[in-house]
Amino acid sequence: MPKVYYEDVEVGTEIPPLVKKPTTRQLVRWAGATGDFNEPHYDKELALSWGLPGVIVHGLLKYQFMIQMLTDWIGVDGDLLKISCQYRGMDFPGDTLTCTGKVLRKFVEGDRHCLECEICFSNQRGERTTPGRAVVALPSRG
Amino acid sequence: MSDKTTLTEEMKAKIGTVLPPIVMEVERGAVKRFAQAVGDLNPLYLDEEYARKTRYGGIVSPPGFFGWPAGEEIGAETILSVLGRPFENVLNAGNESEFYRPVRPGDVLVSSTKLADIYEKKGGAGNLLFVVLETTYKNQADQVVAAMRYIFMFY
Repeated sequence: MPKVYYEDVEVGTEIPPLVKKPTTRQLVRWAGATGDFNEPHYDKELALSWGLPGVIVHGLLKYQFMIQMLTDWIGVDGDLLKISCQYRGMDFPGDTLTCTGKVLRKFVEGDRHCLECEICFSNQRGERTTPGRAVVALPSRG
Repeated sequence: MSDKTTLTEEMKAKIGTVLPPIVMEVERGAVKRFAQAVGDLNPLYLDEEYARKTRYGGIVSPPGFFGWPAGEEIGAETILSVLGRPFENVLNAGNESEFYRPVRPGDVLVSSTKLADIYEKKGGAGNLLFVVLETTYKNQADQVVAAMRYIFMFY
């Protein structure tokens, strides 16, 4: 039984938020799992020498958190078709990152029932560091 | 950071360069480690018995994971091989993906990357150089499974 149908969602419907508290340990784990060994994500001295305030959270890890929020929401019967984001601000280990989103548009394309969504990461300082967009397809009752 | 233009004609001429394909194996253990690193313990990525009963018929990789070596590593190496190191430091400025087909453990993907664009922007403390890579991933049945854009910012 699908988790959510196209007909259950309206323009303005909010996606259940996902809260993440990445630690340096998680960044190291991500580096190992992806092969992204760019030093500013685990080497504080090097991060400072690059002019950064400290070790920063990987963009693609935040991207993957956004993907998790979307796939948690649409469930196994929904499809994530597109996602994009811009990394406009930095987030740091120890931050509380909240991923939110809402439906901007509903449309049918071929046999696909699609939703275009606005998504964003904010931190506990109120900075919207990572805005993005996504398109998902949901099963229809029709 | 510097005020002078680093975007040379020589660099602009590299736009459109297609990089040699990279073969990426999607191992089940790598899928599991990726999901665990994200903290995304969706049983669709981890539990064969659960996944078999879904419309996928078995474990799939989280959208965004295409096996080893992973995108960011390919990206940085790609830029270095084509442009050299235009600035000392590089950060990820943005990503875009389109997902067409599920990726499964055991798949062997071939990624093809094009240097799609290079442009400069004035930042607060000097020039920033943006490099855009477009990568498509094909599986062993020659089906395109996904497309990614990687936007890197050098400063």
